[in-house]
Amino acid sequence: MLIRINGREETVPDTTDTITALLEFLNIQARQTAVEVNGAVIEHNSFAATKLHNGDTIEIVSFVGGG
Amino acid sequence: MKVHINGKAGTVEPDQTIDEVRMQYCPEADITIRNCIISPPGHTRVAEGDALYFIRKGVAPDADNLEKLLYARQPDALTGRLKSARVGIVGAGGLGSVVAENLARAGVGKLVIADFDLIEPSNLNRQRFTVAQLGTPKVDALAENIRSFNPFTAVDAVHERITAENCRQIFSGCGIIAECLDSASEKAAIVTALRNHHPESFIVAASGLAGLGNGSSIKTVKATARLYIVGDMTSDADQGLGLFASRVGIAASMQAHVIIQLLTGVEPC
Repeated sequence: MLIRINGREETVPDTTDTITALLEFLNIQARQTAVEVNGAVIEHNSFAATKLHNGDTIEIVSFVGGG
Repeated sequence: MKVHINGKAGTVEPDQTIDEVRMQYCPEADITIRNCIISPPGHTRVAEGDALYFIRKGVAPDADNLEKLLYARQPDALTGRLKSARVGIVGAGGLGSVVAENLARAGVGKLVIADFDLIEPSNLNRQRFTVAQLGTPKVDALAENIRSFNPFTAVDAVHERITAENCRQIFSGCGIIAECLDSASEKAAIVTALRNHHPESFIVAASGLAGLGNGSSIKTVKATARLYIVGDMTSDADQGLGLFASRVGIAASMQAHVIIQLLTGVEPC
């Protein structure tokens, strides 16, 4: 599956078909991210149910602590 | 010829020098500022539309004059835009206390600052509070500090823990909201909620400001059309790098700077 992540085209396995699966594939802590798919903000409790499709544009902001 | 003198419309003769205008309006002035620049005493002629400020040292101006003189080093047109702005700040700690100070000094008209916490000793190495303020709600101390240097910024101090639910109502009407929290998961949760509840607002968040990495490694990134992130994106306080006023302050000042750019029509990046 070909998707665009943070402006870069990436090929991911077809089994990486939800936000949860994608974050696991990228080794990113789900709780520490803000995610948008095709411009829509995805709530954390919808990560597992949000299906990804070929050609999707995904923005992933991964936060670290401190303030 | 129309000019502005100490923030008010005035008229001068076309061939008048700045010194002549000073003698006419405020002969005791020690400092002359013309179009944001401190002008030495001299015979420069005033130009149409000049913003002139004449300031006396050692004299406290009345409130109306104070508000004008406070912004003498900023372009008048931009000061006007900042005064009409309403900005939200989530968190009043190392980031929030500095963001709030920078915005208030520039003359942002209204700040909505929300934080549940009380000031304790480990805050003082980087957060803009005093020993006398220990035990005080951070939002109340910040409002007090802001009043002490710019009484013309109205502060709505919200002493509550910000949640994905209450951030909808608390920050309603804020065209820009700064995320100034400490924990990574809270940052992610609140940025998500703010983007959902306030889709038309700009969100300016921070990530990666711990430790003693170079200050210049802290950048501003435009993540989406209305979401900016300031930080080096990697230096994590949870790895024990420590938090220092100097580096946290760089990130916070950059957050405030992005906000001032957005309010005055400058593209941040």
